[in-house]
Amino acid sequence: MNILVPVKRVPDPYAKVKPLPDGSGLDTAGLKFEVNPFDEIALEEAVRLREKGLPASITAVSVGAAECEEQLRKALAMGADQAILVETSDALDSSVVAAELAALVLELGIDLVLMGKQATDDDANQVAQLLAAKLDWPQATFASAVEVADGRVVVKRETDTGEETLSMRLPAVVSADLRLNEPRYIALPGIIKARSKPLERRPRATEAVAKVRVVFYEAPPAREPGRKVSSVDELVAALKDRGVIA
Amino acid sequence: MSRLLIVAFDVAESSSLAGFADALGIPFDLLLLSAGVPAPIGAEKVFLAGMPSIPVADAMAKALARFAAPYTHVAAVSSMRSKDILARTAGVLDAAMVTDAVEVLGVRKFKRPVFAGTVMATVEVAPSAILLTVRPAGFEAPEPAPNGPAENVVLDADSMAERSAVSARSGGRPDLTQAKVIVSGGRPLKDAATFERVVGGLADALGGAVGATRAAVDSGIAPNELQVGQTGKIVAPDLYIAAGISGSTQHMAGIKDSKVIVAINKDPDAPIFEAADLGLVADLYEAIPELLAKVKS
Ligand SMILES: Cc1cc2nc3c(=O)[nH]c(=O)nc-3n(C[C@H](O)[C@H](O)[C@H](O)COP(=O)(O)OP(=O)(O)OC[C@H]3O[C@@H](n4cnc5c(N)ncnc54)[C@H](O)[C@@H]3O)c2cc1C
Ligand SMILES: Nc1ncnc2c1ncn2[C@@H]1O[C@H](COP(=O)(O)O)[C@@H](O)[C@H]1O
Repeated sequence: MNILVPVKRVPDPYAKVKPLPDGSGLDTAGLKFEVNPFDEIALEEAVRLREKGLPASITAVSVGAAECEEQLRKALAMGADQAILVETSDALDSSVVAAELAALVLELGIDLVLMGKQATDDDANQVAQLLAAKLDWPQATFASAVEVADGRVVVKRETDTGEETLSMRLPAVVSADLRLNEPRYIALPGIIKARSKPLERRPRATEAVAKVRVVFYEAPPAREPGRKVSSVDELVAALKDRGVIA
Repeated sequence: MSRLLIVAFDVAESSSLAGFADALGIPFDLLLLSAGVPAPIGAEKVFLAGMPSIPVADAMAKALARFAAPYTHVAAVSSMRSKDILARTAGVLDAAMVTDAVEVLGVRKFKRPVFAGTVMATVEVAPSAILLTVRPAGFEAPEPAPNGPAENVVLDADSMAERSAVSARSGGRPDLTQAKVIVSGGRPLKDAATFERVVGGLADALGGAVGATRAAVDSGIAPNELQVGQTGKIVAPDLYIAAGISGSTQHMAGIKDSKVIVAINKDPDAPIFEAADLGLVADLYEAIPELLAKVKS
């Protein structure tokens, strides 16, 4: 079975990202870049499926600039068998990424795409759904448990009000939520050891053009500074004063 | 000609996007998927699908794509469900998708938060249909206005997936995304029973909803649908009380539209105090019972 895990290079989610003074972009100086946390979870799940006995070949893919190689090396160290960098400096949006992934899925004969529900830089939450639509495959977003058996994938997924289970025939697209698993820790030596695994660079396969472009970045409006109260009585008085409690 | 279709999954959502429609300033229709009577928001036409339950995303998206094809804009309130379905619909229509719009700058230009709300991005959409999920909090609701004629429609669709084991755990409290008051708890709440007693108790006394941090959800203290933040619910109550919550960027991303944020934390240097309107440095196990007693009296 062929599993594809798309991984996105994103700034460290715990770092503070600032817009450039003229709003034309982001100040990336000194920022560390990581594998998008949800993609790490998706990859971990693919590796666990294989460890549980599913005969699977796992391909990690990134669409973007040459630097994405760093994240693909990490993916190889975590257990991907091979990696592909669709190298491009074009402006990307979710629809372009989905188009590139769809082309690759068909070329590689992928049975299951396991990916993140959301990239922590653009917070878009789109690519899995766009990809599934393009392929006309069933989808299960926000996965919190995944099982593969008898040509089907059964996914427990988080919803606005609780959980539900979807059983889908393969091929299918699944997007990972936070509670699917806790990815294993990979130390630097592991990443160096994975150097011998194949990493292929190739150009884009489609001519899809971005439909949505960011034209300006700015800091969000600041909240009025607050104050500390020294007792519960003072808190209750302040809340009554603002009319938020009776 | 530009025309907007507002997709409301239920009656509660039918009025949420009136402010967005007003800001966009183009003629609009309303499609209500569940059964019920939609709120008067001045829609030119109302379409009633009367669905007993919302189908799985692939099926819903196919039906919606067929129905929405004549529109230049299709919008729904941001939720996990709308992101699941609308992004897929955008894929079916080969349309543009804008997630979590918070401001309208033009018919093809919107503001939306990125990086857990620490940066705002202005996005411009190339000429194609636009699907949007919208956070209503930033839009001022206009006066109610009567809707135009209503028409029953059939949106039928078959899913490639089989759905089972649906759990909806609602304990009779208001919905987080609609609540006027929310009391949220974090990691120090120990276990589910303590969380329910302390956080739930105060929420009930205030007629509010209950929220939680990822740390609380991950450790089984609170159910997943209560998670507030970048990857959970985005809330906008009049009053948000955060008890034992450090104030991570990811959590704050979900609460910054709240009118008044109260933080109760025993660490005077906790980052939450930078964002809170009112901060109380205290042990929550002492402060909350005292607060509860005082709001009850
Ligand atoms: C990709 C990604 C997405 C994420 N999405 C979300 C999200 O959507 N929502 C979210 O919440 N988090 C999210 N997180 C996690 C986030 O980074 C934090 O880890 C989390 O919010 C911390 O939860 P907490 O405040 O409960 O715990 P902690 O950070 O451990 O804080 C607990 C606080 O309680 C205080 N405290 C302890 N005991 C007491 C007491 N007796 N009385 C009063 N105060 C006390 C402590 O001083 C401390 O400040 C995400 C993280 C990542 C990487
Ligand atoms: N440039 C990219 N390269 C590879 N995968 C991507 C890329 N962008 C997004 N993805 C995948 O799509 C998921 C959802 O991203 P998004 O829709 O941008 O929030 C991510 O978690 C990744 O799995």
